[in-house]
Amino acid sequence: MTYNKLKRIDLIFHEDCECRKVLEKTFSKSNDEIINDILESGLKGRGGAGFPTGLKWKFTAEQPADERFVICNADEGEPGTFKDREILFRVPSKVFSGMAVCAKVIGAKKGYIYLRGEYRFLLPELMKALDAFHRDIKDLIDFEILIQMGSGAYICGEESALFESMEGKRGEPRNKPPYPTVAGFKNKPTVINNVETLVYAFMICKHGPMKFKELGTSDSRGSKVFSLSGDTPIPGIYELELGMSLDHFVEEFGDGDTKAVQVGGAAGFCVPRKKFRETIIGFEGVPTGGSMKVFNSSRSMYNVLHNYLGFFEEESCGQCTPCRVGCQQLIKGIEAVKKGEKKAAYLDQLLKLSETMKLASKCGLGQSVANSFSSIVDNFREEMIY
Amino acid sequence: MPEVQELVKNLADKYGRNRENLLHILQGIVEQERYLSDVALTEVARELDMSAAQVYGTATFYTFLDTEPRGKYVIRICRTITCDMKGKNQIIQAIEDTLKVKLGETSQNKKFTLLETNCMGWCHEGPAMLINDQAYTNLTEDKAIEIITDYVKNK
Repeated sequence: MTYNKLKRIDLIFHEDCECRKVLEKTFSKSNDEIINDILESGLKGRGGAGFPTGLKWKFTAEQPADERFVICNADEGEPGTFKDREILFRVPSKVFSGMAVCAKVIGAKKGYIYLRGEYRFLLPELMKALDAFHRDIKDLIDFEILIQMGSGAYICGEESALFESMEGKRGEPRNKPPYPTVAGFKNKPTVINNVETLVYAFMICKHGPMKFKELGTSDSRGSKVFSLSGDTPIPGIYELELGMSLDHFVEEFGDGDTKAVQVGGAAGFCVPRKKFRETIIGFEGVPTGGSMKVFNSSRSMYNVLHNYLGFFEEESCGQCTPCRVGCQQLIKGIEAVKKGEKKAAYLDQLLKLSETMKLASKCGLGQSVANSFSSIVDNFREEMIY
Repeated sequence: MPEVQELVKNLADKYGRNRENLLHILQGIVEQERYLSDVALTEVARELDMSAAQVYGTATFYTFLDTEPRGKYVIRICRTITCDMKGKNQIIQAIEDTLKVKLGETSQNKKFTLLETNCMGWCHEGPAMLINDQAYTNLTEDKAIEIITDYVKNK
């Protein structure tokens, strides 16, 4: 197995560049050339799911329609993720510029930033930056960005739930297909990208695809912004090359007594100490939208799991039964085992339930509960019981 | 015209009367009133020509669109794992003692409501809380009491 050493990168936050110059240069290219650059770079979505960004843009551009939209998903709600807030705070014009490039490629006249309600305090500065951006580019492209606020619903980070919310409805995920590239916001072809993805797309326009492609591994090109929290002496935001082993990560960021790392938030995977060496952070190993939570020996993994399940139980939209009832039963189940009301073997039944939720739930929320559930129960079984 | 009726009308004028403007309008009411009363919800339904059930159904989906009376300042303490590890329970206790309210309650003078909320994206600077839109991080019991006391005295 090959992995990269931990390497810090400075692409995203490196000065808030002269976006207009880069946009002029980019707009002098054909749409196909721009899409090819993004495809060539290997950029995959940075929100967690990892769909190739160039393909998303290409599919949307090719879909016949009278109107198309580009949406920046800033509903950053995954526990342990806070990088999008920092990006929007520090380099907003790069986000807007990434949206503008996408708008040109797919032929969108309107773009939206769906900003989570918890980040409303960013709004005044963001509006100021947006006004300046609109003034700066008005002779380059007919494109307007609007900001839509969320109201405290984790599920609205799921793309189809986000469209529903933008349409003034309950944020309940839709069936897929159709995918957003065919029928997204207002049932029009829509590109919906994470904040970070849009900035990387713009950085690829600025530097060319090679500078990005030479970083990372064949499955995980480029770098990524990580949100580090938990038992670490240096919590914060770090841009790192993809493809490092968790071993190297913990060596750099752990407190010397790291027992487990939760990679990818509550919807992600818990990796125990004995697997640090063999675990690669990237799409070929354990992917993450950026959340890295470090736990040391003093932490009860039962408490961690209980906290996550409580989170899911509350944030489940309640639309489909496997997720709505499953989350409730998992939390009741581990409580019963802990209290001794159920035998330890009951955990195996709960594991089966989580597997069913993975298969039968309508959207990523219910499908992901099993990730943290099984990885914590499998690796820390005795902590669930005693 | 009663105050709420006028507020709803103004918001509908500002954002438009289509379904896709519903969240903007509901958010606008909460910003002013801190919660959505039955009267406000019915008024929105009338103004947008929708059924009240649809408006209510949408409003109750969202944590920040409260349908119960809230204080002028809504304090939301992050309950997710990192803030939990860093001592959010002690912060809640300190605020409960300072304001003489329990978690989930509103103070008698209707000035404060104390709630818990899910991850607000400050895990690296926990424990964290929001007071309305404002975020406060790296809280200690003393710091939390100081912040709350300032609100009690000066706001």
